[in-house]
Amino acid sequence: MHRPAPTAASQFWLGVTMFLPVAVSIASYGVVWGVLAGQKGLSVLEVLLMSGLVFAGSSQFVALDSWTPGALPVISIVVATAIVNLRMLLMSATLRPLVAGLSWPKALATMFFVSDEQWAMAMAQMRKGEGSVAFMLGTGVLSWVAWVGATLLGRVLGAFIDDPVKYGLDFAFTATFLALLLGMWKGRTDLVPWLVGALAALLTASMVEGKWYIIVGGIVGSLAGALADQWRARRDA
Amino acid sequence: MTLEALITVFGMAAVTYAIRVAGLLLADRLPSDGFVAHWVKHVPGAVLAALIAPAVFAVAPGRSLAEAFLPAETIAAVAVTLVYIATRNLFAAMAGGVLAVFLARMWLGA
Repeated sequence: MHRPAPTAASQFWLGVTMFLPVAVSIASYGVVWGVLAGQKGLSVLEVLLMSGLVFAGSSQFVALDSWTPGALPVISIVVATAIVNLRMLLMSATLRPLVAGLSWPKALATMFFVSDEQWAMAMAQMRKGEGSVAFMLGTGVLSWVAWVGATLLGRVLGAFIDDPVKYGLDFAFTATFLALLLGMWKGRTDLVPWLVGALAALLTASMVEGKWYIIVGGIVGSLAGALADQWRARRDA
Repeated sequence: MTLEALITVFGMAAVTYAIRVAGLLLADRLPSDGFVAHWVKHVPGAVLAALIAPAVFAVAPGRSLAEAFLPAETIAAVAVTLVYIATRNLFAAMAGGVLAVFLARMWLGA
């Protein structure tokens, strides 16, 4: 099908439009995070700075776990943040073709918006041969506004919500990640990395405190997937 | 805002942005085919699966497997899967999951 070359503006707004449903889920767990942040003693300014500058939900949830005003375990929170966000290393690596035409400063600035949801959507567009930087910026800017706005809203409204767990809002996070995972299904080759990753994470979580299970499950699962691919290729050769 | 909070937030922001940028800078050294390429391709799915699993089964050091089974979360995870397959919509699946976990917890008295 022939179509005129898309303009940057139309790509940006396509990104915004396609990201809207995702932004709603981001906003809903952003509100949950904001409520929890209030209970942990974070001020409105602290919420604004952390959401706006770190802009990485899972690591912000992890940071809240050990947030104790007056005696903050600074090093341990920063290290935990790095571990949880290490997955973004491989995400931004796969976005290299997308920003290939940009100057270095612009390419580096674009990377600020790399996060699970934006990345998953940009990759899906790239697989269809339609990805663009403007598209990713559209998803990224909307995501940032949704995240910062929702976490602030949660922090301000927090006083009125006694217990987020009572309303099942704590599950919004897991549900969103599960739906994102299901959307990545490409066929049976995905079965090995997903199952091995989940099992390795369960085993690690049952033995080691903290969020190590994300890294261990991610590395073991993806290695198992690559080994399975290689075995399959050799068998079919 | 205290100084320790400021240092923590800026530290978190700095390592996160460094990781985001490092991936782009290292991308040239990652091959586009073969074992490593397949490995990189499988990372996101494996990481998401690893993120989800312990939230659906509440495992923790020193806890037996029987204690780790969370019926409400497991039911909700099934609900998310069914809603997503039916609608292909992220928000519908998320809302369905939250509603399912809310109802299941009420029903199970948890």
